[in-house]
Amino acid sequence: MNFMHVMVSPLALMGVMGGVFGILLAIASVAFRVHQDERIGKIRAALPGANCGGCGYPGCDGYASGVVNDGAPVNKCSVGGGNVAKIIAEVMGVDAGDSVPLRAFVRCKGDKDCSPRKLNYDGIDDCRSAATIPGGSPQACPFGCIGLGSCKKACNFGAITMQNGLPVIDIKKCTGCGACVRTCPKAVLELLPQLADVIVACNSHWRGPAVKSVCSAGCIGCGVCAKICPVQAITIDNNLAVIDQSKCIKCGKCASKCPAKCIKTDQSIKKLKKSA
Amino acid sequence: MSLVLLFISSIFVHNILLSRFLGCCPFMGVSGKLDTAGGMGAAVVFVIMLASLMTWLTYNYLLVPLHLEYLYTLSFILVIAALVQFVELALKKLNPTLYKSLGIFLPLITTNCAVLGVAVLNMNEGYGLAESLVNALGSSLGFLLAISLMAGIRERIETNEGIPQCLKGLPMALITAGLMSIAFMGFNGIIK
Repeated sequence: MNFMHVMVSPLALMGVMGGVFGILLAIASVAFRVHQDERIGKIRAALPGANCGGCGYPGCDGYASGVVNDGAPVNKCSVGGGNVAKIIAEVMGVDAGDSVPLRAFVRCKGDKDCSPRKLNYDGIDDCRSAATIPGGSPQACPFGCIGLGSCKKACNFGAITMQNGLPVIDIKKCTGCGACVRTCPKAVLELLPQLADVIVACNSHWRGPAVKSVCSAGCIGCGVCAKICPVQAITIDNNLAVIDQSKCIKCGKCASKCPAKCIKTDQSIKKLKKSA
Repeated sequence: MSLVLLFISSIFVHNILLSRFLGCCPFMGVSGKLDTAGGMGAAVVFVIMLASLMTWLTYNYLLVPLHLEYLYTLSFILVIAALVQFVELALKKLNPTLYKSLGIFLPLITTNCAVLGVAVLNMNEGYGLAESLVNALGSSLGFLLAISLMAGIRERIETNEGIPQCLKGLPMALITAGLMSIAFMGFNGIIK
């Protein structure tokens, strides 16, 4: 009896409990099986797994089930680009369509030398917080970059560095996920096609004299660029030059004539010229 | 002790995280953001309630009659682990909405010492079923309260640039947890 109590009954109890739970779980896993579309697994395997949220879904799993269940477009993954879109299109049996790789661009040249501060901001070190103060910005220009680097913190790929109060984007590291664009309270950052080399680096809709009073590098809306553009890609919208990237031929004439020097041509235009 | 007093004391005076120091892993691990902390807290409330009920039944109707009380640790772990797995499977099928908000936290809780701790406390204190459930509810709400407070504080600490580099992140969270624990000691003596 004593032996029974010391050795057998504990073993029997734990054995029975383990067995019963095991069988219950086995039954439950069959009874409660959730049928998952196998295409979700295939799409998820093709996605890069950065979970950046650039597609608008919470992570790659969310996007994979979004494509299958909610009919999301197959070319939403900007990190994976065209190749991933092709694989997803194959899985779903649809046409991939065009997936132009996007990159983030900075539409402001108002660094610490060009655009002064009108007041000292001493609050939480975050642009979104600084943008809530009266006047909309500690900078003299309410349209421009606040320069506290919230975009840098938002970037999952380490593509943004802050130089002299302005974000500088490493085009090679940028995946075009748009995390920085969604973070910036001033909409200074914009997603444009990867090869958009000629961009207007200003965001101000003020008239010329007002812009001049707060920034030495701002677009004054003079319209010289619009006149000189050989393909009419530039329009002046509410005192700000806007380049239609689908028309732009990257000749760079506008940049050379801009009196405020606020049209930027990035490195690759020089490369283009060299190779030409 | 009346149930109301037990309820209040298990939330504040004997807060499971800040006075008993049980379940500190998720307290550090998932307290980075307020909404994840809230999800984790809600999942803990759910699991602790269920686990307390099941372990009370196991102890009083299985272990006591068989005179095998000393096996409580092993059998409680078995019961809780199986229960959480079962609930996860069932939730996924029966209530996908709830699964989406709680599901990812359930596996984390399977072997959480706060869950086992409440079950063992109920047994050690000799609580009846009603007292066990009230204690479980209070303790788990205390967990929810503490982890939400912690997450709110940590969200603010994140944006503070004045913290020395060596203290950023987890070290600051640990110091904060210590200060919160001292603050909760202020509740001591309110209820004996």
